[in-house]
Amino acid sequence: MAQHGPGDLELIGLTKSFDDFTAVEPMDLTIPQGSFFALLGPSGCGKTTTLRMVAGLEQPTAGQILIGDTDITNTRPHQRNVNTVFQSYALFPHMSVMDNVQFGLRRRGDKDAKRKAQEALDLVELGHAGRKKPNQLSGGMQQRVALARALVNRPDVLLLDEPLGALDLKLRRQMQIELKRIQQEVGLTFIHVTHDQEEAMTMADSIAVMNAGRMEQLGDPAALYENPSSTFVANFLGQSNLLAAHVTGTAGDGRLTADVHGHEVLVDAGRVPAGLRDVWLGVRPEKLALGEGNGVNELKGTVSDASFSGVATQYLVRMPWGMDLTVVQQNDGSARARLGDAVTLSWDPGHEFVLDSAQDEDAGVEHVVVDG
Amino acid sequence: MPAWSTWSSMAELAVLSGGTARPPVRRANWVPYALLAPGLLWLAIFFVAPMLTLLSQSLQEGSVEAGYTFTANWQIYVDALQKYWPQLLRSVGYAATATVAALVLSYPLAYYIAQKAGRWKNLMLVLVVAPFFTSFLIRTLAWRTILSDTGPVAEFARATGLTDLLQALALTNNDSLLSSKFAVIAGLTYNFLPFMILPLYASLDRLDRRLVEAAGDLYATPWQGFRHVTWPLSLPGVVAGTLLTFIPATGDFINSRLLGNTQTVMVGQVIDAQFLRVLDYPLAAALSFILLVMILALVSTYVRRAGTEELV
Ligand SMILES: Nc1ncnc2c1ncn2[C@@H]1O[C@H](COP(=O)(O)OP(=O)(O)OP(=O)(O)O)[C@@H](O)[C@H]1O
Ligand SMILES: [Mg+2]
Repeated sequence: MAQHGPGDLELIGLTKSFDDFTAVEPMDLTIPQGSFFALLGPSGCGKTTTLRMVAGLEQPTAGQILIGDTDITNTRPHQRNVNTVFQSYALFPHMSVMDNVQFGLRRRGDKDAKRKAQEALDLVELGHAGRKKPNQLSGGMQQRVALARALVNRPDVLLLDEPLGALDLKLRRQMQIELKRIQQEVGLTFIHVTHDQEEAMTMADSIAVMNAGRMEQLGDPAALYENPSSTFVANFLGQSNLLAAHVTGTAGDGRLTADVHGHEVLVDAGRVPAGLRDVWLGVRPEKLALGEGNGVNELKGTVSDASFSGVATQYLVRMPWGMDLTVVQQNDGSARARLGDAVTLSWDPGHEFVLDSAQDEDAGVEHVVVDG
Repeated sequence: MPAWSTWSSMAELAVLSGGTARPPVRRANWVPYALLAPGLLWLAIFFVAPMLTLLSQSLQEGSVEAGYTFTANWQIYVDALQKYWPQLLRSVGYAATATVAALVLSYPLAYYIAQKAGRWKNLMLVLVVAPFFTSFLIRTLAWRTILSDTGPVAEFARATGLTDLLQALALTNNDSLLSSKFAVIAGLTYNFLPFMILPLYASLDRLDRRLVEAAGDLYATPWQGFRHVTWPLSLPGVVAGTLLTFIPATGDFINSRLLGNTQTVMVGQVIDAQFLRVLDYPLAAALSFILLVMILALVSTYVRRAGTEELV
């Protein structure tokens, strides 16, 4: 078993089934005390269910939950020093905002409840709204009240179920910084569920990507991004170009040669799982350079789409075998390619990741709904 | 505390600004009144008019044979109160007791049906209203059988010493359950139970369970969660249920007649007798009017109190 500190949250074989449907497959996870942990995954993958088990609102089908050395699996929610910011806010409609925020402190007989609650409200910029009822507030304001109501208790573990989903971008960024600051100042453990991968990557110390009740991969944001362990993670976390490749031999210098639709490319040997021959060669769009080429790892194609977004331009480059590769070019003053231009794409060996070709290349691709 | 005062003044500011933020849109104002009109008309014809007739009847003197004349005889109210205050008080007391008993019995049941019954919900609701398929009178008569000295309920009560307890509480006079305070109150409780359960069910069914979960998450014990979340959110149902039970129970005359004795006479029974047997119309009308005013006073105090409690 992994070594753990006094306040670490530890899940051991945690499982939840509803009738014959398994919402959360056996999950083993240690979240160090004071860390910012993000749970990322598509809708319905079991994120909320996992949080509910930690909060005590759902009885696990199997497994254990420990905070430090204390097994809390069979304790009631009110006995756990864990608070939740609910996805649905769950504000008490018959109480003022102030009473909502004070609720937890009052139950514990905190003499200073009012002052602390006011501070928490100030923190979420709702210091003036204490007397209002929740239904007099906008969705974003309600969400901030829910945040204040949980934060004010300074729990061992704070569970945040998409706590910023209803906020506009500016407020969202502001709250992200605020959350991160609070988390570092107070040293609380945050488990943050989000759909927003950028949010997860900028805020979290480590990220777990869940898919259909299973934890696909766990690691720090950079590791997950640079070295996804499955096509699902590769596609879900950022964009990926997955090239069907076949490992053909060694090239010295710790490199292997591989064949991509008749083009020879070099691959870092350390990135190829032992014994794997048929692989997906993954290259992130920003790792692909558009232009003269670098002598190795070159692919030629024609620009089939270009969209300029200010800081960068995103191209789709049609390969001879019909596949579109996504390329992101920083707006650094270099010449921009136009639609129909013949271009050369290149990347440095070592900037790729390699996955088993048995995996579904479309796993985790977010399906974009096209209007009209 | 200074923090408090700044907070409250800020809150006032917020309230003020909230008030001015609303745009002054003018809508057609007559629509709500038009919608209200049929109801108001109904009330005028079937409630206000009979009430006034009743009031004027109570102030008349005469007899059935000689006819009645209006004499503004306010003295009848003094007489009625002097003579029948025990029955009036008893009616309120019995009805209040039955209402509390019905609330205590109904709340857990309504809670269960609304929150836990799942697919049995509809069946249980049908069962709740099933007694209404027979008449009030028949149901009350059935209670005579249920509580009869040789029935299983009485036997059980004797075996467990319940009869002694009831006697000690002066709810019964002897070993039998029938013809007692207990029987009248039990009958009232039973007869008006659905009126309590249904509004309670309606408000508990609306209750968002996630709120109760949130209370637990915020360190509230199950009891505190009930006290601070479930109960206040179900108050509209509690108020509706208690009113629907208390008001008809106060004026009821069937239960006290069929299940009681001479010491348990309720005012409804007196009014019934005065109207239909003694034929003293003014006295009956005066008693009816007193009962009405009494109920209105009690109910309005109660509703006002419940209203403020909800805001706390
Ligand atoms: N009480 C329940 N009974 C039956 N199935 C449930 C129950 N709660 C959740 N599920 C199922 O478990 C799965 C996971 O649900 P969960 O709410 O954890 O998803 P999620 O990852 O939080 O999704 P989202 O991002 O949309 O909030 C879903 O398929 C859901 O239908
Ligand atoms: Mg969820």
